[in-house]
Amino acid sequence: METLFEPLSFAFFQKGLFVASLSGALLGFIGVFIVLRGMSYIGHGLSHSIFGGYAAAQLFAAQFYLLGAGLWGIASALAITAVAKRSRVGADAAIGVITTASFALGVALFAKFGSSGPSFESALFGSILGISVTQMVGLTAISAVAGLFVFFRYRALLFTTFDPDVADVSGVRVGRTDAYLMIVLSLSILATLTVIGVTLVAAMLVIPAVVARMLTDSFPKMLLISTIVGTLSGLVGMYASYYAGVPSGTMIVLVGATVFGVVLAITGGRGLRRSAGLDSHVEAMAQPAAAGR
Amino acid sequence: MTGTGVGSELISLSHVSAGYDHTMVLSDVTLSIREDQFTGIVGPSGAGKTTLLRLLLGTLSPRTGTITKSPGLRVAYVPQLETVNWNFPITVEECVLMSRTQGRRMPWASASEKREVARVLERLGIADLSKRHIRSLSGGQQQRMFLARALLRDPQLLLLDEPTSGVDVSTRHDVLHLLADLHEDGVAIVLTTHDLNGMATHLPHLICVHHRIVADGTPQEVIRPEVLELTFGARMDVLEHLGMRVVIDEMREPRPVGGSF
Repeated sequence: METLFEPLSFAFFQKGLFVASLSGALLGFIGVFIVLRGMSYIGHGLSHSIFGGYAAAQLFAAQFYLLGAGLWGIASALAITAVAKRSRVGADAAIGVITTASFALGVALFAKFGSSGPSFESALFGSILGISVTQMVGLTAISAVAGLFVFFRYRALLFTTFDPDVADVSGVRVGRTDAYLMIVLSLSILATLTVIGVTLVAAMLVIPAVVARMLTDSFPKMLLISTIVGTLSGLVGMYASYYAGVPSGTMIVLVGATVFGVVLAITGGRGLRRSAGLDSHVEAMAQPAAAGR
Repeated sequence: MTGTGVGSELISLSHVSAGYDHTMVLSDVTLSIREDQFTGIVGPSGAGKTTLLRLLLGTLSPRTGTITKSPGLRVAYVPQLETVNWNFPITVEECVLMSRTQGRRMPWASASEKREVARVLERLGIADLSKRHIRSLSGGQQQRMFLARALLRDPQLLLLDEPTSGVDVSTRHDVLHLLADLHEDGVAIVLTTHDLNGMATHLPHLICVHHRIVADGTPQEVIRPEVLELTFGARMDVLEHLGMRVVIDEMREPRPVGGSF
């Protein structure tokens, strides 16, 4: 028990534990839509893209760098969606160009001018040090926004995730729903970057959702299980990070990956069959008009 | 079975051209879909069948020409089974309920919505499958599920993209009879198909498409060798069997099966 309570005597760990658990829950929750839409790569790309905004915003508006990074991320997300839908460039190529260029810019700015916020390594792999009350409030607010968004747009999100073409015909505003989801995704990534890190956020979007998919054939249960797996990964990962003395993001992802391995071993082929085809709709989303002539 | 369209007009296309990017797929299409119509859009792959369906659905805008719809027209769409992610984690009931997305904000179904879904599943003979995962359905059951989702919208016009593609003969018969029943109940139906003998010749009205409207009429009027050659670009013979047209694919230079090269 002492192992559990001893780190809690430190204020930084209490904050870290709260932020890591809520980050895991938020990413696990939103990750269900991202994984089922075959957009896992978008999560990966967006986190890198936001890093560029993170670095640039610190130079030009140090007080408001999170706001700047958020706007940068939203702009990147909408640009990716627009490029993927309207051009001959596939979604993966669009993400590859837009987000890696942004990431490269971030690295260059960090190297040239340094950072008034977290260190380069912390930004990449996450850190439990220096978590401010503002960040905690921001993460809580964004988690609430994500929860309310999914609650009030649940049916439209489900329909557009399953069958965007028919949803469009059925009067669902598919473009608007997609854009809102991208905005919520960008804000979620931004709010969780501190603890989980740029390079590892995408893993926490994907792992809990895939684990949940392996365990259930029900969409509402998948949302619940993914959120729980994300929360537990954050919680356990923080303790592991504290005792192992390694960046928090790495341990959170490793805990998630361990859960994945255990569930895979238990469910075997059944779980794999369920999670098969999680990328089959990315093309349908990107280019609905080309589905047949 | 009537269905050649003498009721009031639901949608009309006037000199419509449409395509994707720099490719024009359909040119100068003029046609009307009426409230008692049961029509098959026939043509080879790439001829513009799905493009025509998208124009009717309103998901594709014409490059030229005009499309007029009757005010408040309720349209429902049944996609090709092959385009669906059958691994998606939903039950039959949840899939059908997707038609109730507008005008309600709670994630869960109300008691009246559950009754509506149960009624439409009962009508299509799959009420006992409501809690099953969609992957566990047979081809015919999958088609019935999507028809149920479409019918929950109480459509005046039902559009189906290749409803018998990839299904067995028995399922094809099931789907045909089901559509005929829906048409009897007053739903106008337009579907695409490239299956001449299995589907097209059983329908009351056909539109042959090959980047334009090649022919438009009853099977007796359009299932003719000269029309089929213009539509499919291949010579075909047409026989009469029990009052129905049967299309024979004529191979001018048949290759020996299993022969040496």
